[in-house]
Amino acid sequence: MKPEKILKRYGRSGDNLLAILHDIQDASPEHYLSDADLRSAADYLRLPYSFVHGVASFYTMYSLKPRGRNLIRVCQSPPCHLLGSSTISRELIKVLGVGFGETTADRLFTLEMTSCLGVCGVAPAMMVNDRVYGNLTAERIAGIIDDLRRAQ
Amino acid sequence: MSVFRTHVLLPVDVGTAQAGVFEVKRRLEKELSVRQMLDEVKVLESGTVGIVGKGVILAVYPDRMYYFNVREADVPRIVDEHLLKGRVVAGLDHAAIAVSPSVPGPKVGLTRAQRRIVLDKAWTVDPENIDEIIAAGGYRGLERILREALPPEAVIEEIKKSGLRGRGGAGFPTGMKWEFTRKAAGGEKYIVCNADEGEPGTFKDRLILEGDPHRLIEAMAVAGYAIGAGRGFVYIRGEYRLSIDRLQKAIAQARQYGLLGNNILESGFSFELEIRKGAGAYVCGEETALIESLEGKRGNPRVKPPYPVTHGLWQKPTAVNNVETLANVPGIMANGADWFRRIGTDKCPGTKVFTVLGHVEYPGLVETDMGTPLREIIFGFGGGVKGGRKFKAALLGGAAGVFVPEKLLDVKMDFESLKENKAVLGSGAVLVMDETASVVEMLFSIAKFFAHESCGQCVPCRVGTRQILDIAWRIRQGHGRAGDAETMLQLAETMFKTSLCPLGQSLVMPVRSALENFAEEFALAAGQAGKA
Repeated sequence: MKPEKILKRYGRSGDNLLAILHDIQDASPEHYLSDADLRSAADYLRLPYSFVHGVASFYTMYSLKPRGRNLIRVCQSPPCHLLGSSTISRELIKVLGVGFGETTADRLFTLEMTSCLGVCGVAPAMMVNDRVYGNLTAERIAGIIDDLRRAQ
Repeated sequence: MSVFRTHVLLPVDVGTAQAGVFEVKRRLEKELSVRQMLDEVKVLESGTVGIVGKGVILAVYPDRMYYFNVREADVPRIVDEHLLKGRVVAGLDHAAIAVSPSVPGPKVGLTRAQRRIVLDKAWTVDPENIDEIIAAGGYRGLERILREALPPEAVIEEIKKSGLRGRGGAGFPTGMKWEFTRKAAGGEKYIVCNADEGEPGTFKDRLILEGDPHRLIEAMAVAGYAIGAGRGFVYIRGEYRLSIDRLQKAIAQARQYGLLGNNILESGFSFELEIRKGAGAYVCGEETALIESLEGKRGNPRVKPPYPVTHGLWQKPTAVNNVETLANVPGIMANGADWFRRIGTDKCPGTKVFTVLGHVEYPGLVETDMGTPLREIIFGFGGGVKGGRKFKAALLGGAAGVFVPEKLLDVKMDFESLKENKAVLGSGAVLVMDETASVVEMLFSIAKFFAHESCGQCVPCRVGTRQILDIAWRIRQGHGRAGDAETMLQLAETMFKTSLCPLGQSLVMPVRSALENFAEEFALAAGQAGKA
């Protein structure tokens, strides 16, 4: 969906900014907010561009650079850390060949770290797009990534 | 209307969805259809049971038998053996579950009796079906107020009498907060629900929202009525998709039934409820940061005072309450303050929802009386330390929490008792660490979390979290220097005194408790450095 269409669903009131940014980003195939997106939101809500940029860069769910088709977010909060999330992170870096905040060359995966996802009962956990993967072990990682690759 | 002899409940939450609950449901309906049993056995999706890491859970009522780790292939056996012949399927992981303290059940584990107030309906009704909720007693509190035309002051009085205190961590009396908001000058007022659950180790609010969203709607309407607000907002973390979906559906149903919107139950009271989605910022769990975010800004906390009760959303009087706090309101309004006061302790009546996790046999969620000893939560409900290893410490209340050693295992879990023991209840997270875990390592992880989540607005927090992380890192790497522990504590204490909001103020809790209770570990880490 074009950003213009999304904007029209909302009133021109500043408190709609977060929802607008969510919707524009969700509609973006590269899961991010471009400079043009920020400018159109700013114009629509009659807010300074700098203000909109400030909001978009404050919250971790928004990205200002293009991301891969699959967004992998590894929880690194204390409960997951206790149960070995750093091993999971190392394995993901190895299997994907990219570090945190980076995207694979085939643009299939972006690796990110996240704060507590609220699924600590199955720690260590990660989220791929909307799906939660829990009780992770380093051995399971390669298989999960393979499945995701095949699903494309 | 047909009467079913048996109900099969399939709790749907993030965990069971991952494990394939919908595949099991489809198969079950197919198998029942083949055997022409669809008019005898009803299959329902329910909210969570609070047991996690056990795959798909399938419950058979009225038998109160729960099966765990159910796979699609197990379904025909469950249908043939249990649903047709009434025999428990021996080969499957199962347990009879206690539904109330008066019905005996297992002695250990999460299936033993719990006293459930805020989660009483969560595991026995379909959260997406308002008829079931109403049949199970939902909206009774709101109905009583409106039918009896109780004055708002009387509602506030009832909540004050109940002794309900904020379950988000601070423990502030809810009735007083409502009274301040009601009495504050200004026409327009707001009620805001804080569902920005971000404290590491905490997922109680998610399970309340996923399991019984109507309870929150009822509570918000009652609160709106009491403080004089016509509009309410629920601010939910953007990551909680299922919670958002369920609450959205519930709001639509409530509106359709005349339980939200104009002239509710023809009482003249009107109330609108909106969901606002967060975008990933721990600091937005702080009420003034949350309000800023609701207004569409960066989540930078405001200077207090003035407090939100007088200057909140759009500078109007606003009451901000946690999900679990509000979830207690319908029960109090339906059953009265005296009923509530009989549960829990004198100063902290009611129940508390705890999440018990880490190195325990049965990680998950427990709702039990305020004042329940920590030992019972870990060893009774949680089944004790995993693999029979020795207990070392529990981190209570999340990252902004306190490490407690073994000698404090008998502490009662309520605001007062914990405070007397230099600990905190916080969000109710109980993270258990066994003898193999390292407190140094955990403190490093906490420091990393705070450094990442500091909003950067005030200097003590922005610089302090980074400094503490640097020190924690080098101690962990075995390069600790003499005086590191003292410096870390001094920094944390300075942050406590000078930071703008509870984020910067609370890092002192894990730092001090780790250094006081596990000093030898830090000495050891520094000692290793000396040798190296």
